[in-house]
Amino acid sequence: MTTTAWEHFEHGADIGVRGMGRDKAEAFAQAALAMTAIITDPAGVCPEQGVRLACIEADPELLFVDWLNLVIFEMATRGMLFSHFDVHIGDSGALQAEIRGETVDRTRHSPAVEIKGATFTELAVQQQADGGWVAQCVVDV
Amino acid sequence: MNLNLLQKVSDYCWRIERQGEMRVPAILYASEALMRDMDDKVREQVVNVTTLPGIVTAAYAMPDAHWGYGFPIGGVAAFDPEDGVVSGGGVGFDISCGVRTLHTGLQRPDIMAVQEKLADRLYERIPAGLGSTGSIRLSIARLDDMLRGGAVWAVDNGYGTAADLARTEEYGCMAGAAPAQVSLQAKQRQRAEMGTLGSGNHYLEVQEVVEIHNRELAAALGVHPGDIKVSIHCGSRGLGHQVGTEYLKKMVVTAASHGIRLPDRELACAPIHSTLGQQYLGAMRAAINCALANRQLLTHLTRKVFADFFPEARLELLYDVSHNTCKEEVHEVDGVARTLYVHRKGATRAFGPGHPALPEELRAIGQPVLIGGTMGTASYILCGKSTAMAGAFGSACHGAGRSMSRRQALRQFSGRGIRDELAARGILVRSPSSRGIAEEAPHAYKDAGAVVEAAEHAGLARRVARLVPLICIKG
Repeated sequence: MTTTAWEHFEHGADIGVRGMGRDKAEAFAQAALAMTAIITDPAGVCPEQGVRLACIEADPELLFVDWLNLVIFEMATRGMLFSHFDVHIGDSGALQAEIRGETVDRTRHSPAVEIKGATFTELAVQQQADGGWVAQCVVDV
Repeated sequence: MNLNLLQKVSDYCWRIERQGEMRVPAILYASEALMRDMDDKVREQVVNVTTLPGIVTAAYAMPDAHWGYGFPIGGVAAFDPEDGVVSGGGVGFDISCGVRTLHTGLQRPDIMAVQEKLADRLYERIPAGLGSTGSIRLSIARLDDMLRGGAVWAVDNGYGTAADLARTEEYGCMAGAAPAQVSLQAKQRQRAEMGTLGSGNHYLEVQEVVEIHNRELAAALGVHPGDIKVSIHCGSRGLGHQVGTEYLKKMVVTAASHGIRLPDRELACAPIHSTLGQQYLGAMRAAINCALANRQLLTHLTRKVFADFFPEARLELLYDVSHNTCKEEVHEVDGVARTLYVHRKGATRAFGPGHPALPEELRAIGQPVLIGGTMGTASYILCGKSTAMAGAFGSACHGAGRSMSRRQALRQFSGRGIRDELAARGILVRSPSSRGIAEEAPHAYKDAGAVVEAAEHAGLARRVARLVPLICIKG
């Protein structure tokens, strides 16, 4: 049974994020959490402020890249880190999410690096034999 | 890399002959040792580049090449304007990321007398790392002016001198920028990031010249043993990242409609003459100007800090180079001068002596090529060589190139340990993140010395001087 989890994987210059979940939305949420973990320990990010996001894309892999890039945009323009991702994906590829986090505290979060963008490298959104989902790609840092 | 899959042309040149869907051969410049250490993905990626429509002569990999996105980092390819493409992946996310080096007129003892205080002040005044913001906020209208003007805009607004512009590629302003093709989101992403360093491998270093490789060229550039220089490595910040992100997707979804089969989605591209190709070129050129303006603003901040410590010091620009670009250039191909769109992904323009794009005072020696090293090793100044014009469309390497992933580096090194080790060697590092220092550990990179030596032997550039850091500000 696919567990709900995230992990990083190797890329020569950058780093890969992989989310796993019982459904696609959960895998997307876990991958976003993996992205936060590139920057800081997600456990240290207080989910005190919420932001609503939406995007639509029929191709699930392109939708995944769009999703991560939306989160990156919100991090960059709001100066925030996020640790809670509530994602819903409709049949037509309409994604709606509420992401929660807080303003970056450079002392407390000690951010290791900023993320430039989610890429198409090692990109995959796949259902597993047990019905669970995996979503992954490399992010440029 | 499996060298059995390559044909050895010389000790520093390797070739993959045209086969299958390759339209041209692939040529890789490196020593055998660098080639053996190079990721097999570089071979795969440089071969993929050769399959793109309109590619001319060959796809090239520089001695510091490593696994990138679509193109290898350290990849060069030129395309014909009639049937060729412009590739968002061939430019990358950090558009016009580059290096500039400043003279200071100071010597090592001057710096060592104030090293701690200078490091602290630079760290305080140069916004670095995630969560830092610039003090210069631009309205959308002024941002558009900046995107049109680049470093010229910065100088016109009091952030530098006219002399800086002559020492910057494109004289500080990339022609053909189209701010209207840059989305509002990209502009929003830049509003708090003007004059910021960024993070990752970006840095500001105070460096000492410790070795001269070529006395004549060094003298011509004003580089002498014991000199103190300042080098700044950063790019187009959030605006460039957003432009790269948005156009990459547009190129992925429209490639088939242009009859382009992508061997890797990251090679996303559009015909140069298409509406999307022209829109991307306009936006990408605007992002180049953003990077040029950003490095000019950081120069201004650096000059102010140095003025506090050394009121007599004049920080004159040696040169400013860009790495991730696509530029319209004229090159001789089979004896015929042709206009081409030259992509350099993690590669430096390295025009040889006599090139008309160079300012008069540099024309006799060729373009300075500034090679960033690591916070614990060395950086290099090189000069472009005429043979690079035919060998790689006037291009050379851009840095050391990673030899170890960020995760591997994090497993092997501690930020505190690296910081202490470097301090014991007289190098002060200032960074908001201990983990960031570990990820950027000197041992996580290839030997920059071997890379520039290979670039010289391959005929891409001539080594001029080696510099070591005394202060490093990391994002």
